[in-house]
Amino acid sequence: MEVFGIPTQALLGQLVLGLVNGSFYAILSLGLAVIFGMLNIVNFAHGAFFMLGAYLAWLALDNLGIGYWWALLLVPMMMAIVGACIERGLLRRLYELDHLYGLLLTFGVAIVIEGIFRDQFGVSGQSYSVPAQLRGAIDLGFMRLPNYRVYVVVASLFVCLVTWLCLERTKIGSVLRAATENATLVQAFGVNVPLLFTATYAFGAALAGFAGVLAAPIVQINPLMGSNIVVVVFAVVVIGGMGSILGSIITGVSLGVIEGLTKVFYAEASSTVVFLIMAIVLMIKPNGLFGKGVAA
Amino acid sequence: MRKKLLVLSMGCFFATAPFAADAQEGISDGVVKIGVVTDLSGVNLDFGGPTAVVAAQMAVEDFGSKVRGKPVQVVSLDHQNKTDLASQKVRQWFDQDGVDMVTELSNSAVALAVSKIAAEKKKIAFVVGAATTRLTNEDCNPYTIHYAWDTYATAKGTANAVLKLGGKSWYFITADLAFGQSSEKETSAFVKAGGGEVLGAVRHPAFQGIDFSSLILQAQTSKAQVVALANSSNDTVNAIKTAREFGAIGKQMFAALFMQISDINGMGLPLAQGLLFVDGWYWDLNDQTRAFAKRFYERTKRMPGMVQAGTYSTVLQYLKAVDATGSDNADVVMAYLKKNKINDMFAKGGYVRQDGRMVHDMYLFQAKKPEESKAPWDYYSLKATIPAEGAFMPLSQSKCSMVKN
Repeated sequence: MEVFGIPTQALLGQLVLGLVNGSFYAILSLGLAVIFGMLNIVNFAHGAFFMLGAYLAWLALDNLGIGYWWALLLVPMMMAIVGACIERGLLRRLYELDHLYGLLLTFGVAIVIEGIFRDQFGVSGQSYSVPAQLRGAIDLGFMRLPNYRVYVVVASLFVCLVTWLCLERTKIGSVLRAATENATLVQAFGVNVPLLFTATYAFGAALAGFAGVLAAPIVQINPLMGSNIVVVVFAVVVIGGMGSILGSIITGVSLGVIEGLTKVFYAEASSTVVFLIMAIVLMIKPNGLFGKGVAA
Repeated sequence: MRKKLLVLSMGCFFATAPFAADAQEGISDGVVKIGVVTDLSGVNLDFGGPTAVVAAQMAVEDFGSKVRGKPVQVVSLDHQNKTDLASQKVRQWFDQDGVDMVTELSNSAVALAVSKIAAEKKKIAFVVGAATTRLTNEDCNPYTIHYAWDTYATAKGTANAVLKLGGKSWYFITADLAFGQSSEKETSAFVKAGGGEVLGAVRHPAFQGIDFSSLILQAQTSKAQVVALANSSNDTVNAIKTAREFGAIGKQMFAALFMQISDINGMGLPLAQGLLFVDGWYWDLNDQTRAFAKRFYERTKRMPGMVQAGTYSTVLQYLKAVDATGSDNADVVMAYLKKNKINDMFAKGGYVRQDGRMVHDMYLFQAKKPEESKAPWDYYSLKATIPAEGAFMPLSQSKCSMVKN
């Protein structure tokens, strides 16, 4: 049976693959959405954090013999420290000012990080092998689906779900959300709001680093991998609604699938379809599909 | 008063006349400036990049840094894979900065644009990295030399080699850019001429780090015996990595149409082993290439590839021509280059044809298995030498307006 000239099974295979990419978009846009939703900072350095996460995993393996599973735990922690330093040292000073300054600063940070790695490593990239436990593939008949890709979907969606639960259903999450709406009032209640902000940015960076480790065995790790993906992730967050956590997860996965299907029918447009959708959504629903309106 | 002015202006005219004549012969501005136009910061950094600039500098130093007593300078430009930026800057180079020749020019779109500007300004453009055959066909001009490889050479060499191995049905994964489309078209023609068939093709956005799993799946679904990768740099590497991950490499033959040693170094032999490809040069071919490679490695900690070796050669040959003719006038130098053979560590018995094509031997290589590699950068095993005459598009098929057919 064929759908638009493609056998159904091939189409199913493409849907599955789109889901894998979608889960990357979901976890990356989640980090961005958390940072923007909570701190009102447009974090252009997110792509660089993603790249940094992948490189830290590779460096750990190459120089210290630290394997994948340890990297999955340690790299997000290292990225959290990096994020905390950037927030404390640089971003904090810009909270009083227009959003644009935060955007410019993080953009500059991204360029610096990317430049350092490009200078050091060139752009041909490094190879990182799939961990032994996840090698092999599931034979679905019409295709072989590598185990690692299935694991990526499960791991990212699990982390996304946990993050969403923490932010929407726990006390600390509600305090954070309150601090976003009225920082002074929350501080008056005795909550250390600056620390909360640092922790949030650090968490966002950690999420990006985690995504980087997940990506390491799949792509050729190179300094340009962050800037390639960050623009698409921004489009995802805008479509989902800048402050919405759930919105970014759902949109991320959906857009991954849509992009995957575009690759089947008209691959030349696969890198533009997300922006086309973004343009349409912004015309109909300027706050994004799940957005509630942005605090000024 | 008017008579005085007339006499004065006539006097000035005659006074400067000898200098005007001097500009035709001799070296303009008293310095030979060589411009290396390459990607210094983006996807093609390892393909050409800063190491190509080093190669140019090495050529200048090997020549003695002087030509007919005049100094030689190397300047470089980061084209950032942007045609408009490259065009604007090269124009400025030619108009204001006294640059006499440009070389390297990876990225076919940039090469085409700069080649037109060079022709307009009557300056020589050596194209090393870019591969589009349009440079010696529809867009040929008397001031461009296509020096290293092109899509015809890689297409013919690869198609014939793989057809001989039994790969009759083909599927293309093509970069949606000038070089990719050109390569797909030419390779398809050779496949069909050799009794094979093309089952399909998918064109993808290039140099954006896209995920290839969907495209590899389409290639597998087509059931083609051969999957041809008409893309380069990270796209080729990611495609191969994905193909291994999805178990495609064992079942289908993978042919890379634009492989360079920097890609194999990035991938590592475990991923690259067995890949067949056509390249224009390799550091381990003979004593001359090895000697150059050793010096190059000492300066850059990387082995040179075809683009670095080619850039070195273009600068060396240009300086030789300027030295022999005593002029950096483009017409004079081009006449010399088209009349004399190219003999250096890059090419033996190479020559420049009327359409601007530099004809030289090409080589069919296969990436070694990890256990066959005896030293770092020992990646290629030579499968066949493709003699110069049969490697490139014959003049009889050329669409170049300068070729009388």
